[in-house]
Amino acid sequence: MSMLTISGSPHVHTDDSVQKIMRGVIISLIPAALVSFYFFGLPAIILTLVSILSCVAVEYLIQRFVMKEKPSVTDGSAALTGLLLAFNVPANLPIWMIVVGAIVSIGIAKMSFGGLGKNPFNPALVGRVFMLISFPVQMTSWPKPTELSMTLSDAVTGPTPLGLVSEGLKKGETMQTLMNQLPDYINLAMGNMGGSIGEVSAVALLLGGLFMLYKKIITWHIPVAFIGSALIFAGIMHLVNPDHYIDPLFHLITGGLMLGALYMATDMVTSPMSVTGMLIFGVGCGVITILIRLFGAYPEGVSFAILIMNAVVPLLNKAFKPGRFGVVKK
Amino acid sequence: MDLIIVYAMVAMAGLGITAAVVLYFVAQKFKVIEDPRIDQVAEFLAGANCGGCGYAGCRNFAEAVVQKGSLEGMNCPPGGAEVMAKVAAVLGLEAQASDPQIAVVRCNGGKAHSPQKVNYDGAQSCASSAALFAGEGGCKNGCLGHGDCVTACSFDAIHIDETTGLPVVHDECVACGACVKACPRNIIELRKRGPKDRRIFVSCVNTEKGAISKKNCEVACIGCGKCVKICPFEAITLQNNIAYIDDAKCRLCRKCVAECPTGAIHELNFPVKAKAAEATEAVEN
Amino acid sequence: MRLKTFKIGGVHPPENKITAHKAIESFPVPTLARVMLHQNLGVASVATVGKGDEVKVGQVIARQEGFISSSIHSPVSGIVTKIEECVDASGYRKPAIFIETKGDEWLEGIDTTSALVTEIKASKEEIIKKVTEMGIVGLGGATFPSQVKLMVPEGNKAEYIIINGVECEPYLTSDHRLMLERPHEIMIGVQLLMKASGASKALIGIEANKPDAIDLLTKVAQEYTNIEVYGLKVKYPQGGEKQLIKALTGREVPSGKLPISVGCIVNNVGTAFAVYEAVQKNKPLVERVVTITGKGLKEPGNFMVRIGTSIADLLAHCGYNAEHEAKIVSGGPMMGKAVTTPDIPMVKGTSGILVIEEGVERVAIEPCIRCGRCTRVCPMGLEPYLLAMASSKKMYDITEANAVMDCIECGSCHYICPAGRPLLDYVRLGKSETGKIMRSRKSVQ
Repeated sequence: MSMLTISGSPHVHTDDSVQKIMRGVIISLIPAALVSFYFFGLPAIILTLVSILSCVAVEYLIQRFVMKEKPSVTDGSAALTGLLLAFNVPANLPIWMIVVGAIVSIGIAKMSFGGLGKNPFNPALVGRVFMLISFPVQMTSWPKPTELSMTLSDAVTGPTPLGLVSEGLKKGETMQTLMNQLPDYINLAMGNMGGSIGEVSAVALLLGGLFMLYKKIITWHIPVAFIGSALIFAGIMHLVNPDHYIDPLFHLITGGLMLGALYMATDMVTSPMSVTGMLIFGVGCGVITILIRLFGAYPEGVSFAILIMNAVVPLLNKAFKPGRFGVVKK
Repeated sequence: MDLIIVYAMVAMAGLGITAAVVLYFVAQKFKVIEDPRIDQVAEFLAGANCGGCGYAGCRNFAEAVVQKGSLEGMNCPPGGAEVMAKVAAVLGLEAQASDPQIAVVRCNGGKAHSPQKVNYDGAQSCASSAALFAGEGGCKNGCLGHGDCVTACSFDAIHIDETTGLPVVHDECVACGACVKACPRNIIELRKRGPKDRRIFVSCVNTEKGAISKKNCEVACIGCGKCVKICPFEAITLQNNIAYIDDAKCRLCRKCVAECPTGAIHELNFPVKAKAAEATEAVEN
Repeated sequence: MRLKTFKIGGVHPPENKITAHKAIESFPVPTLARVMLHQNLGVASVATVGKGDEVKVGQVIARQEGFISSSIHSPVSGIVTKIEECVDASGYRKPAIFIETKGDEWLEGIDTTSALVTEIKASKEEIIKKVTEMGIVGLGGATFPSQVKLMVPEGNKAEYIIINGVECEPYLTSDHRLMLERPHEIMIGVQLLMKASGASKALIGIEANKPDAIDLLTKVAQEYTNIEVYGLKVKYPQGGEKQLIKALTGREVPSGKLPISVGCIVNNVGTAFAVYEAVQKNKPLVERVVTITGKGLKEPGNFMVRIGTSIADLLAHCGYNAEHEAKIVSGGPMMGKAVTTPDIPMVKGTSGILVIEEGVERVAIEPCIRCGRCTRVCPMGLEPYLLAMASSKKMYDITEANAVMDCIECGSCHYICPAGRPLLDYVRLGKSETGKIMRSRKSVQ
């Protein structure tokens, strides 16, 4: 007779796994990746691949030789970090820089805390912000989208729409003249503008986000709170002074708001556990983003906003517990 | 000289002085007056916060011993007699002699002697699996082998042997008793280390009838009572189908070891006798 | 029809009700019955027979000991061969009465026919007395002595009798079949429960995956007064006592309180049937419906089985192949107990035997990715990830502060965890340790 197995209940388990979640997120990023490859060409593809490979390699090496444990790169989390890291940099970034970014992302932001699930900050964003501070020039010279080019070495660089508006307003130009220099909103939403590899196409990102919602990988709370609060805050400012503050729709379709709200802020490890916590987290991200965009030194604030809110997550987890059954809230 | 440097220096110095003054007054205000001997005693203690003394940490023990003013019932197991002598000197007391002890694992079943009958697939925790079922070998008292004792030990003095699946206590053991508390089966006991680390004990805690325990494990104590009869010092008692050797009465004559039909009585660190060679080889705890 | 449901959390494991269409078969009387002495929640019963005694079916062989306890009746007629320890589901040895069967002679006065006795003659006190004498316990799995529930404590009033026909556990169909085959008996049992407790209304909750049972019971209920049948959304743990009350009445049992504090008494349909038999037919609890199921079994089914029958016999009847690697679960896959050997006797609380041959081993444990799904599916609004972490590190102050004692051990957290972490194993451990600490503190005060 063969041996019986014994364990505590339950004896059935969902089909879902960490690997499937990571795979789902990567699949949902495919439309955004295709749009970027279309606009930024071969260099974007190479940069993305290098980023993914370096992240996986760094994680493998650290697990194998530093932590001396069984490498778990097959769970796909390192690949996902690599993909998101590449999505957060301009397509003409020197290759070695993205490798540095990968080392910081995985080595410092993830593995030094103990690996998957233990990092307080979003690894890809830590890598991005590290690069932004270390290589400010390369990280802010955005190639102009040129449709299926094989090289970007001679490509013209220009500012992102947000950068253009922010700089222009500082120089005293009027909103109207600035808007005339930009493509129309439909082009912007499709991704025909300067910017990081993955952030340009709001439409493709939204598509991926809907896929994740459908697959129940993420819940609606963080993206809706994030985008909603950003739109409302930006809208109020726009109503107060339309000449100085651009309209909320522009904020939505340019810069990293979509990418941040759907992919970076919803990172399970660094977002709150309870529904209330998620909503507050999202609102915090949205408000800080717009604050930085409108009043900060940087034209873009999504990364900083999310990282700041990441730091608050343990407090949110402590302060906002789920509503318990049979306990009346006072 | 540029005046700005002077300003900077004055500003820095002013800041420093202000901070120092504030700190001084704050320190004065919140000063806690404490017996200086507590610090002195705490310095001698092992600092491992193992809890073997019965207090939460070394500091708590130091506070308690100073407040109590006597050494009765106060012992630092990891420090041993040496540390207690120093503590006694600080307090101006006479050190009390206490026999050094060591943790002893009283189960020799494991994978080899108590073959696996079911396969446990739950959380790797003895407490959790003990609540669920009798154990992979079927013995309701036997070691479960998930290492709750190992997790509890703060001295790295116990580990699970992979081939036998049983815990092994090393010489580093300071008898703090953390593993004794952690074991849900009460298998581990603190016993006298004995002269030259020689000790004899019954390596089984099974209270079931002989036939049942023997069925589950070939090295179980079957409660036959042979050892009780042969012991010249009345050190062995039999209760609930299990023999127990009182380490205060045992004179290490080794007669019971040879008498035990299942080899459940273990002797440690004795010079190898032809007959006992097998037994010592099997047990290295 | 709008389906009712509870509000917080819940999961939806595959239902796998493969025996739903199999009518209840009478399983042969065993040649040897092993009757465990501890078959109810609370104190074990005390044997009143000795070796060599001759017993008839339905004769008391162990009496109630203390308030929360129950008596046990002989499930077979024959001779008591010994009272000895017998391995139970967990592999621990517990005392049991061994009876060798001779024929099938019932004690006089027990109505073994299937004739329906509609007229309720017994008074409130007589019903409770009968329920006590006949050894009725909650048959949903908790085996809480039924008479205790019916004795409404002072200061409380029973308004609703809630009948649990949810059977939210995957695979199990014993309650489903019972509802289809004995609807009138159940209704009379419900009326008896209402009379005994003084409740004026009864609500029967059935999960929507049993439309035939909902239709039939709704129709039958019209013949009786004050019994309402509701369809409930298919969501686990819809049949949890507190969840069911919430779904049917909208009331929440406060943390740490019993259902009676919101005027409800919850009983399983099986219990209602047993109460009917006890009061109307004078028949003690000597047999019950059991689902024997599993995808690897050749002939899974629902059976009326005598207490004390070996589970190995039941499995053999259903075509169980002992050569296959398997996990045998007593109860459903979400809350059932894995057994160490099939050679164990049936007890009053055995609602089903499930043989799992696929996915015997749990999935590999990976690091917690803090997805928060355990928190979102917990029907009690707890944070399983936190409780499991604190329990594994023996931080029982944290488990207590975060209401580990509210856990109903439904297993939703472990089921949903994408990292396959054994959350409930640790929470259960933390619950028992925290409970010990809280009780010892109470006794000190």
